[in-house]
Amino acid sequence: MSSLSLVPQLLLIAWMLPLASFVFIFLTGSFLDRRGRASGFIATAAIAGSFLLSVVAAALWFGYYPLDSNHQASSHPIRPLSGDWYTLAEFGSIKLALGYYIDALTLAMYVMVSFIATLIHIYSFGYMHEELHEVNDPQVILGDGTTLRRPGRFARFFQYLSLFGFSMLGLVIANNLLMTFVFWELVGICSYFLIGFYVERSSATSAGNKAFIVNRVGDFGMVLGLAALLTSCGTLHFDHYQTTNGAHYAGLFFYAKAIQHPASELEPAEGSRSEDSQSNPETPPVTLSGPKGLTYGLLVLAGLALLCGCLGKSAQFPLHVWLPDAMEGPTPVSALIHAATMVAAGVYLVGRIYPLLTPEVLIVVAVIGTITLFMAATIALTATDIKKVLAYSTISQLGYMMLGLGTGGWVAGLFHLFTHAFFKALLFLGSGSVIHACGTNEMPQMGGLLRKMPWTAITMLIGCLAIAGAGIPLWAGFSGYHSKDAILAQVYLFHTTNRFLGWIYYLALVSAALTAFYMFRLWFLTFIGQPRNEHIFGHAHESPKSMTVPLVVLAFFAVVAGWSVPGTHWSLSALLEQARVTPLLENSQVPLFGNVVIPHEHESHEAQIHQLVSLEAFTAGILGFAIAVVFYGARWLDPAKVCQRFFGLYRFLLNKWYFDELYSRLFVRPVTWVASVAAWIDRAVIDWTVDHAAVAVRSLAHLDDWLDRILVDGAVNRLAAAIYGMGEWFRQWQTGRIRNYILWIVVGLVSLFILGSIYFGLGMHLVVGAS
Amino acid sequence: MFSPITPAHYLFVGIVLFVTGMICLLTKRNIIAILIGVELILNAANINFIAFSSPVLFPKRVPPLVLDGQIFVLFVMILAAAEAAVALAIALHFYSRFGTVDVDQGDELKG
Repeated sequence: MSSLSLVPQLLLIAWMLPLASFVFIFLTGSFLDRRGRASGFIATAAIAGSFLLSVVAAALWFGYYPLDSNHQASSHPIRPLSGDWYTLAEFGSIKLALGYYIDALTLAMYVMVSFIATLIHIYSFGYMHEELHEVNDPQVILGDGTTLRRPGRFARFFQYLSLFGFSMLGLVIANNLLMTFVFWELVGICSYFLIGFYVERSSATSAGNKAFIVNRVGDFGMVLGLAALLTSCGTLHFDHYQTTNGAHYAGLFFYAKAIQHPASELEPAEGSRSEDSQSNPETPPVTLSGPKGLTYGLLVLAGLALLCGCLGKSAQFPLHVWLPDAMEGPTPVSALIHAATMVAAGVYLVGRIYPLLTPEVLIVVAVIGTITLFMAATIALTATDIKKVLAYSTISQLGYMMLGLGTGGWVAGLFHLFTHAFFKALLFLGSGSVIHACGTNEMPQMGGLLRKMPWTAITMLIGCLAIAGAGIPLWAGFSGYHSKDAILAQVYLFHTTNRFLGWIYYLALVSAALTAFYMFRLWFLTFIGQPRNEHIFGHAHESPKSMTVPLVVLAFFAVVAGWSVPGTHWSLSALLEQARVTPLLENSQVPLFGNVVIPHEHESHEAQIHQLVSLEAFTAGILGFAIAVVFYGARWLDPAKVCQRFFGLYRFLLNKWYFDELYSRLFVRPVTWVASVAAWIDRAVIDWTVDHAAVAVRSLAHLDDWLDRILVDGAVNRLAAAIYGMGEWFRQWQTGRIRNYILWIVVGLVSLFILGSIYFGLGMHLVVGAS
Repeated sequence: MFSPITPAHYLFVGIVLFVTGMICLLTKRNIIAILIGVELILNAANINFIAFSSPVLFPKRVPPLVLDGQIFVLFVMILAAAEAAVALAIALHFYSRFGTVDVDQGDELKG
């Protein structure tokens, strides 16, 4: 018990280490940049610490729940660990919290994400070394014709890598959909930062914007799904949870189960939860806060809405357009996005919320997955940019995962997610190594690099074999062989039970052949044949150790990830089997589509199905490989002539099925049209009104000004001038000469006297009369 | 041959004194001379006081002789003494300020 209770704490520390690294580099980045590679060491140490802690946590878990015993039957049933670390808010029974939901899937994701991220961190030391000093970016031409010189951004790169790791780990461990959503968006913003890492290149910034905006479209649906579930169930927790006042409430999985299987009711779920690992031996009284309005139809709608988000993140059919453009980022970022974090998030979430997805939603997942995998595989045939080929192959493989999940192959789909993470990281890092050596992404410029870069070439060959699903049928093969066969077996089973959806299986099979073809086309074009550009070939060289060592490690896992540990039943698929959440205990009828049945996964493990599918997939792979040899390996046929022959089809594929043009017509142009109309209204109506109002006010002001100056000021000035003039006139009397004053006194006196004598005869009569 | 002295004679003397003082004021630029002119005008006023207090002008008054005018004259003399003290102080300051006793040099207060 105590060993298990340690697991959440270990994972919490593992989760927080990259955040600490991010914050530290964020605060001291400019200082660290002057110290060389210090920021890289910090970030790498943090993620490597996460990896070690995850491994310890996984060891504790699997020590407690060994893989080779049958837990479902024993008295020792497996329960996911669920709880809250930090409560953000509580409204009655609604609880918003950051918490953990830990089962074998969570642990496997933790180990895989931190492991691959660690390797990519190490690889970035070599790949990003240019950022250590001032960078001359030849792709940015300034106004005066020179190229841009800018300071290196080594610290910033690792800062975002750390944030990316933190976001992804938070998304994986989330125990409620709200927390999932928060980290979902954090993953999105990190990808935005890293895709647009070369901010001075307009292609990089628009690719970042595209990724961000396309993901918003999907997230819009996801928010609707969250709202539907929150209003109808009153919670977003996956599992049962406890509020601060001690009451227990049921989680989403319980409601979904109750809605989908009303007959089975809740006893087993309740019973299994009673002896919880917390020190509560009694059954906690679970309060059912709902389902207030949860109906089957609403659950379907909520599932479809949540699926929208997953389609956006995992670049599935209608929303896949951002992923190829995301290649503008530095190659380690592409590897991180494609292998461990961003696109894996969508598939992981479908796997995590599997109990919420009704069979109808699963059918949609399967159909979209099929369309995606076929479409992306065909586009990859004609792409010449080495990273674009890999990008489309990622979309295609994600389609396989979705197809596996959609046809009921929960373990198969997630199994492919894990094996794909290894070999796609390998392929991307290998392509990065090639790009690093050649300085170009264009495969027609390469060729013959096998002699120059043997390590890269061999590891990439292993990656190609793994993604093509190479193996000896019925015995063993590269990791992709095991996971892809598991998916194909499940799809085959689906196809046998639902004949009219059989095209799904055939498309998947054809795409398997296409996968082999385009991967070997890539390899042959890059590493075999005559160098097509002597200048680039002359400069090519093997990458440094920090880049080749991760390649070798990944190549090892790309080979063995599908195998079981010798002498035991321990394997990735057994591990995922243990984490299985089982909404589909038996074949489930799809109520809304009548006769569609989603088969139970265990039936696809039947030997005869496996043999048949194995052989068919092997044949398809060999076929694709053979065509690649014919065209690009041995060059018996000239691909250019074939392109000429089927020019219409070639152009259609080269233009990526015209999706960008379609979206441009459907969304971008209408929006820009509306914007230009709005701009016209703004200029012609609003600006006109404002301008003319301004003119009117100005002329009014002129009139006012005139009145003020002429009338008001005039009157005041005249008065002042008059008074001034008067003062001037009086001034001349003020001579300061005392005799003048006396003279005037005398003159005044005499005149007063004369006046007085004339008018009043003042005093004269006295004098005259007296005399 | 000689008619008795009447107030008119006094007044005549007063007028002569007054006009002399006034001319002195108007023509002299020496501040001391102006002061002398002022004294002359004051004394002209004194003679007028005395002239108008003459009993000849008030034949029916009882008693006929009243010394109102003479008392006024005493007051005026005291006043004149005080005024002379102040005026001489001003003259002294004027001299020390301008270095001359010419009042036309002290025309700084002109507008």
